[in-house]
Amino acid sequence: MDEQRTHIISALVLHKPGVLQRVAGLFTRRGFNIESITVGTSEQKGVARMTIIAKGDEKILEQITKQLNKLIEVIKVRDLEPENTVKRELCLIKVHSPTEKVRSEVIQYINIFRGRVIDVSPETLTVEITGKSDKIDALIDLVKAFGIKEIARTGPTAMSRGIKTI
Amino acid sequence: MRGGEALIKSLKDQGVDVVFGYPGGQVLPLYDMIYDSDLKHILVRHEQCAAHAADGYARASGKVGVCIATSGPGATNLVTGIATAYMDSSPIVAIAGQVPSWLIGNDAFQEVDTIGMTMPITKHNFQPLLAEEIPETVKSSFYIAGTGRPGPVVIDLTKDAQEHELEFEENIKIDLPGYKPTLKGHPLQIKKAVSLIQSAKKPVILAGGGVISSSSSEELSKLAEIIEAPVTTTLLGKGSFPEDHELALGMLGMHGRKPANFAVDDCDCLIAVGCRFSDRTTGKIDEFAKNAKIIHIDIDPAEIGKNVDVDIPIVGDARIILSNLVKALSKSRVRASGEWANHLKKFKMSTVPRTSFDDIPLKPQQVIKEIMAAVDEDTIMTTDVGQNQMWMAHYFLSKKPRTFLSSGGLGTMGFGFPAAMGAKVAMPENDVVAVCGDGGFLMVSQDLATIKEYDIPVVVCVLDNRYLGMVAQWQNLFYEKRFSHTHLGEVPDFVKLAEAFGVNAERVERPGEMRETLQNAINSGEPTLIDVIIDPEEILPMVPPGRRLTEMVGEYKVEAMEGVIYPEEDERSGD
Repeated sequence: MDEQRTHIISALVLHKPGVLQRVAGLFTRRGFNIESITVGTSEQKGVARMTIIAKGDEKILEQITKQLNKLIEVIKVRDLEPENTVKRELCLIKVHSPTEKVRSEVIQYINIFRGRVIDVSPETLTVEITGKSDKIDALIDLVKAFGIKEIARTGPTAMSRGIKTI
Repeated sequence: MRGGEALIKSLKDQGVDVVFGYPGGQVLPLYDMIYDSDLKHILVRHEQCAAHAADGYARASGKVGVCIATSGPGATNLVTGIATAYMDSSPIVAIAGQVPSWLIGNDAFQEVDTIGMTMPITKHNFQPLLAEEIPETVKSSFYIAGTGRPGPVVIDLTKDAQEHELEFEENIKIDLPGYKPTLKGHPLQIKKAVSLIQSAKKPVILAGGGVISSSSSEELSKLAEIIEAPVTTTLLGKGSFPEDHELALGMLGMHGRKPANFAVDDCDCLIAVGCRFSDRTTGKIDEFAKNAKIIHIDIDPAEIGKNVDVDIPIVGDARIILSNLVKALSKSRVRASGEWANHLKKFKMSTVPRTSFDDIPLKPQQVIKEIMAAVDEDTIMTTDVGQNQMWMAHYFLSKKPRTFLSSGGLGTMGFGFPAAMGAKVAMPENDVVAVCGDGGFLMVSQDLATIKEYDIPVVVCVLDNRYLGMVAQWQNLFYEKRFSHTHLGEVPDFVKLAEAFGVNAERVERPGEMRETLQNAINSGEPTLIDVIIDPEEILPMVPPGRRLTEMVGEYKVEAMEGVIYPEEDERSGD
């Protein structure tokens, strides 16, 4: 059995209702393991770009790519090479921070991680951070001690480094 | 022009001359417009039969079949037929009505999420919300259904889209940037295949349904003859190669012919064409064609490497690729091995199943033999699912493509009769005979009304053993003979049932009667049901699920053949 690996699949799809359902449904039906899926507009009108993070061996990846390609609304699919890919995720964290002391500590951490405070209340601080998933995990770990009220993560979105496009 | 009229016009532009359907609330506008049109509409008595009939129409003719149903229960009744077509790559366009667009999502009367429901069982589906989208949708649907790997397409049509006015644009262009089937095989892969075939000593060709849908039977025969390779088929590949040909091995797999299973197990080069290596075909996947290098020709790249690892994949249209292979190999004049072909010929001759019996109740082998004697090679045979299907697959020799129609992948009971109806409508010049079991036929028997009403002269042979025979067979072999709910009891009287619908009916109980009765039924030119009383009997040998192709259990009696030297006792099948 081949080694299980996390794959970053980038797909160009027609920007139409139901396309996300078609793609997600394919993963369920075929028994593929999907970790995250993000979708948004691309540089081309009427075309959206999807970033799918999926786990599996080479054989499963080949099937995922081929099955995705079979969908009529999928224009192009590529498995991005991890070493030549820029990958970013956005995360919003609402931290319990009832005192001045906690607040300043949280802000210090955020500065180190190049995050930003985007909302404040007497009880909470809401911060945004973008980066690789493990960097986000690290910040979450740090501020956990203060008490996290809410987390919203987008899942990674990605593209190839340099001039390469799909 | 209104949306419904645009739909009808678009269908006619695609060459559609007949549709199978059932009206209802959300297709009322469309049916109102069909009333004024010259589109031929056949009113079935259950929507599932509309889908199977469209499928049978498509399989028999190679054209795209069309069925129509209303929203909600109409659409859900189509689902089994759509899934059947999907599993067997049959091109149909299914049109379902939908509630008006402003009611979508409100759980309106007879609303169901047809798009969501059919997404996993269609090649693609559309929901044109505006009348203007209809012409392009229809054109795209036919293009998608009929090209590349064929398959079903659903059009979910709201009531308001059927009613609204639009300007019908002629010569509309369709734009499907994500759909470009590969037709030509990669030259380098073809070259590799040629040299592998040249060096093979024991080649076998495995022909699937793709050979039939790509109309490449002729090329396949040429290839087999040039390289002297025996040919086995999948269930759906039956008819792609004449089964009375000396190189024919018959069907492969769980209910395959012994020589076919042993040949694939033993071969050093397997040329698989237009097949998807279903578990029913391969047996235990790790042991499948273990000694062989495998060449896999298929138009669907996703089929390559899905179930079986192959050595030389060639993506493209089988007809183009096979003719490339034929061309290259005829030049080289390298014959594979006469020895191998001769060995299998002998094996085959020594395992010809016995089909002559004089028992009462009739043995199914005897019935199939008489059916075969009664029909000609252009007769389109359909089967239902279960033992009747496997008896037919095993004992009936198909000689031409598109003359053996059967539900393979989904194994849909109730397929055979409505598929025969569709096939007869598509090919009125051909005789059409459905072979069903009593269980499967009862699921769709209401459509006797349709064949009577429209005078569709198919002959339905019900192999009547009062058992869900295949399920009972599995209970016998794998569930300690605990026959849970597989005996059907003694009702109904199929002759009276047919007569109640005004359909001619005969009962056959004795050897020799089947042939004459079937011939008379065919010659009568009228729809006929023949109730054939048969002995509950198993279809053996079979490969138990998950076992190697050669690990067959059970045996059949072999026909005593003159001039045949039987192989070693342990290799010989017999009583």
